[in-house]
Formats: sequence, C-alpha cells, structure tokens
Amino acid sequence: MSVLVGKDSRVIVQGFTGTEGTFHAGQMIEYGTNVVGGVTPGKGGQTHLDRPVFNTVEDAVRETQANVSIIFVPPAFAPDAILEAAEAGIKVIICITEGIPVQDMIKVKDYLNKTGSRLIGPNCPGIITPGEAKIGIMPGFIHTPGRIGIVSRSGTLTYEAVDQVTKAGLGQSTCIGIGGDPICGTTTMEAVQLLMEDPDTDGIIMIGEIGGSMEADAAHWIKAHGTKPVVGFIAGKTAPAGRTMGHAGAIVGGKADTAAAKMEILAACGVHVVESPAQIGAKMAEVLSN
Amino acid sequence: MNLHEYQGKELLSRFGVKIQRGYVAKNMDEAVEAYQKITAESGSPLALVKAQIHAGGRGKGGGVKLAKNLEELKTNAGNIIGMMLKTPQTPGGMNGEGKLVRQVLIAEDVYIPEFDQCNEIYMSILTDREKQCNVIVYSTEGGMDIETVAEETPHLVHKEYIDPALGIQGFETRKIAFNLGLSGAAYKNMTKFVANLYKAFVESDCTMLEINPVLVNGHGEIVAVDCKTTIDGNALFRHKDIAAWHDPSEEDATELEAKEFGLNYVNLDGNVGCMVNGAGLAMATMDIIKLSGGSPANFLDVGGTADATRVENAFRIILKDPNVKAILINIFGGIVRCDRVAQGVVDAYNNIGNINVPIIVRLQGTNADVAKKIIDDSGLKVKSAILLQEAADLVADVLK
Repeated sequence: MSVLVGKDSRVIVQGFTGTEGTFHAGQMIEYGTNVVGGVTPGKGGQTHLDRPVFNTVEDAVRETQANVSIIFVPPAFAPDAILEAAEAGIKVIICITEGIPVQDMIKVKDYLNKTGSRLIGPNCPGIITPGEAKIGIMPGFIHTPGRIGIVSRSGTLTYEAVDQVTKAGLGQSTCIGIGGDPICGTTTMEAVQLLMEDPDTDGIIMIGEIGGSMEADAAHWIKAHGTKPVVGFIAGKTAPAGRTMGHAGAIVGGKADTAAAKMEILAACGVHVVESPAQIGAKMAEVLSN
Repeated sequence: MNLHEYQGKELLSRFGVKIQRGYVAKNMDEAVEAYQKITAESGSPLALVKAQIHAGGRGKGGGVKLAKNLEELKTNAGNIIGMMLKTPQTPGGMNGEGKLVRQVLIAEDVYIPEFDQCNEIYMSILTDREKQCNVIVYSTEGGMDIETVAEETPHLVHKEYIDPALGIQGFETRKIAFNLGLSGAAYKNMTKFVANLYKAFVESDCTMLEINPVLVNGHGEIVAVDCKTTIDGNALFRHKDIAAWHDPSEEDATELEAKEFGLNYVNLDGNVGCMVNGAGLAMATMDIIKLSGGSPANFLDVGGTADATRVENAFRIILKDPNVKAILINIFGGIVRCDRVAQGVVDAYNNIGNINVPIIVRLQGTNADVAKKIIDDSGLKVKSAILLQEAADLVADVLK
C-alpha cells in the first residue's frame, strides 16, 4: 500500500465546487481515486461530480468515513480549512493552496503538532501512489506503479523526476510533494522516514532546493538510520543570494541555504548526489543495479 | 515586500515603539524644512541625513551623514540626494553601480543629552524555519554587522523562541532585558519595547524586522534608531495600508513589467535566457544551462497556463536583455498540453517577427511528440528536444 495514501484512502475535497476543486477532483476520480465527497460551506446537500457535498468536514467524515482531505481553498481561507480538517479527525490533509501567510502557517503547524493529523504542503502538488490513488494536481499518466519513492519541494521538477524514473524502467511507490513554502506540514526528513520504513519502496529520490535546512536534516537522518539508497538533487545552484526564486521558501539567506552547501552535506551523508537534473532517473537505475 | 526605514519606523510607532523621529525629503528645500522641524522638536542642532534605499550597510557607502548645523545639512543632503549609493547589499556590492537615492530621512539626534551614557543594542525578529516559530535575536553588540558578531563572538548573540499559540510572555521580555544587562528604567522600558516590537512583527505580518541599533540613552529610554522591515507579500491582502507603501522605483523595471504579465521573473547576469513552467524546474533549468557551458540570464516561471500570450510576453521580457545569446524553453506539460504550448511558441515567435537568437524548445509530457512536430514543421529557427539531456546538449551546441 506504499505510504500515506493508497487504495484505502477515502478522499474528500475541500473547495469541491470551485473551479480548481472541480477540475482536479474530476481528474482524480478519472484516475481511480476513491473521492467520496466534498465540502463547500453553504452547498451542503447538493451533488457535485456525482458525489455528495457537505457544509462541514465534520459532516463529511460522519457520512463518508473520509480519512484524507485535499484542500483547494484560496490562501486567506486555507488555514481555517486545514484546522477544520484536523478538528474533524482527518489523518492526512493535503493542502495545494499557494500563498498562505507565514504567520498563519506557524500557528496551524503548532496546532497540528498537538493532533494526530499529518499535513502535506501547503503550496504542493499533492501525493500519488501510482495505480492506487492520485490525490493532487500531478498528471497521472506519467506515473507507473513501482518501487521508487520520491520526495520533493517542487511540482514540475517532480514530474521530471517521475518521468525519468519511468523511462529508466522503474516505477514509483509513492511520490510526496511536500511543497515550496518556508513552513511545511511534513518535512523532507519525515517524508524520507516514511519511505525508508515502507516495505514497498526500494530506493528514494530526494529533490530539494535552496533555502532552509530540511534536506541537510534529512541527510543526517539518512546517515544514521538509512537502509535504502537515496539519490539527491538540489535545485538552484545558480540562484543569487537574497532573491526569492518563485517558491516562497526558495531563498538563500545564509551560507547553509545554498544548493552547493546542501549537496556537499548530502554527499557526505552517503546520498548519491547528481549535479544535473537530467541524471536523476539514470542515477537511480545505476545505484539499484550495483 | 521591503519597506524603507521611514516606513518601518512609522509602522513601529503605531505599536508604541519609540523611534528616532524624522522627516522625509526629496530635494534641498524639503531637506532644509525637515531639518528646521526636527531640530526644533529635538532641541539639538544635530541631525542625520539618511539615504532611503532598500539595502543595508548604507553608512559604508556614505549614505548616512551627521550634520552639526544647517550648512553641513545642506552639504550632506546635496551629496546624498541623487547619488548612486553603493553598499555591500546593493547589486554588485561595493563594486557595483549602486542604487539611486531618491529621498533621504532627516532624523533627530537621539544621542542626547549625554552621548557617553548611550548604549547600542542589536535586535531582530524573524521566523525560524527549522523550529517553525518566530525568534527574537538580540545582542549587546549593537551597531555592528550581526553576522560578524555571530561568527566572532557567538556567545554574545542570544535567541528567544516564541510559542506560536501563546505569543510573547512577560518572563521572556524580562529575560531579554536581563541578558542585555539592563536595570532600572532601561530594564522596564526594554520589556515594553520587546513586547511592542513583537506585536508589530506579528500583527503586520513581517518576515523580518531588524533594529540595529536599538539605543538605550542616559534616561533609560529605548529608541529604535534604524529599522529594516520585510513584509510577507502573501499577507498584503490584509494590510492595504502597508501595501500602498510599495516603492516600484526600488525594483528592477523588467521584473516589475513581468509581474504585471503574471510572470515570475528574476533578472540575472548570464547569457542564456530561459522560460520554464514551475519554480523548481526553472531553477533546475538554470543549473543545467550552467552545466552546458552557459550562464542563466534569468529565472522565469511562466506558470501553469503557458499559452501564446504568456509565451509572447515572456519572450519580450527575456529579449530586453542584450546579453541573451540563446533562449531555452523548458515545459513539462502535465495538465497543460505540450502541443498547445508548441503552438503558443510558434504564434508568439511569428508575432514578434524578429528574434535573432537561437531558441531551443524542450517540451515533455502530454502530447510531446505532436508538439515536437509542430515546432519542427514551423520553419522557424527553433531547435526542439524532448529529453532534458537533449535540451542541455543543444544549449551547449549553440554556445560553441
């Protein structure tokens, strides 16, 4: 069943009837994800995409036994949506929304730490366990069921890695997009831990970028506890200091934030670091065949 | 979004933080008027002329000068207004071209009555990404570059992590005041200063608030002498007043134009332009340009809908840079279909008409094969690729 999401996931969509929610819920259903309903306050009782709409997450959980929620709610309201999902007992909350204020996220994260809920994102493409459940905005067709786990802060760069892994004759167990914000619900290290413990995963690809120390923290954990090969790439070696490169969290503030510094730590901790993003899939295949 | 010193101080004063007061001047007449007002208020003939640009280290480049009288004020203001101020933080550093100073803050002398009894402290608030909470960083070594202090005398830099749910507590403000070695009125005033500063940080959605120096004067008063403020751009929807302080003249003109087109663009000094969907892939594309022997001329994320209009706007933005010798378009089509993007590239190319640099288009994902055929059959001077490595090789080729 890989990690976090799979056949047993019963998914609700918060922001179900909005443009984004409608489009991506449709894509998820088409992929075979078990979308059991959605939430749009004030539209409870209606039917959307042949699924029931609820006013609250609590109602949705009671009626559908949902255990995963995906959030397509504008940034000003997304923190509230995350808290609502956690309060209703949703175990895996995936927030796609980009642009949530940092001060809101630190309060939300602090609250989640006191609950049994795990947040993925925000500002992320979601999670996919190929062939079982696609809970996110990634294109499903590039994925193939297999035994490589992927952790990434980026969207399209993850798709790039997925595509390379598939072309290298390997498939993916679970791909986790942890998001590009400074405060992440699930850190690189936590995602790597999940995949390391997953019996259906043989190798892990860790894609990071400039800013923060999440990749270094993960690398230190891998050095101490790793049991599977990890291939790593850090984007932004050519990014200038002090500038935000698209993702709110992608900014070089100090020396440890740079791609070069992180790649050095990764390599020292036994991660197979690739200098070129074009070599991610080939490197994984090479490492596994050794 | 960065604020000017005078804007940051205005923000702080709204939260009861005592600031070094001043008036903004854009020309000599305004500077003289500001000097007369501020010296009358402070009771001291001394005033500072402080260049207002978005960069630290202004004093190092001659952007902050003390005037002891009106004559000196005129000389200093004359020198600073309109100067190209170089600081370690302006583009290119002390060897760069600097930044044009459009306005100055004529600020009061706060080091009175007894200069000798004044004490400078460092204080900043920011969000600690690893601990996922706000942190107050402070030191007795005010007025200096905090990175240097942290490197040379790390034991003199203190940190106080604030619980996100509880906010700042009394024991924390007391601890900070004690660690700074304060007593009496200064101690009491510092606890209030810290509490108000933290309130300002949180309630204004700052991502960085740095006061260097914080002055403790002979009366035990605590004064914010400087103020460097960055506001979370994602929170501006609830701070319309702060959003109105945005100073476009501090930003790169091309970057501003790109923003109006909805493109996320950062100007760099390389020779290969790039156009990519997604921030992570855009950074990775810059890196691959470097590995191919070039140097990225920009970061550009065209976003999820790479249609003809956006591609055309992106082309125009990239082509403004005379250093661009080639352009690499790298699109991973997921939800967006590659054939649509390819048609967009062809249409945009034809609309612009005269593109004199080689273009390499790499389209991967949905309908990549159809897309490649559209590019190849267009008759344009465009090389196409599907694999990222092929694109990298093509970049290396055209740079030969």
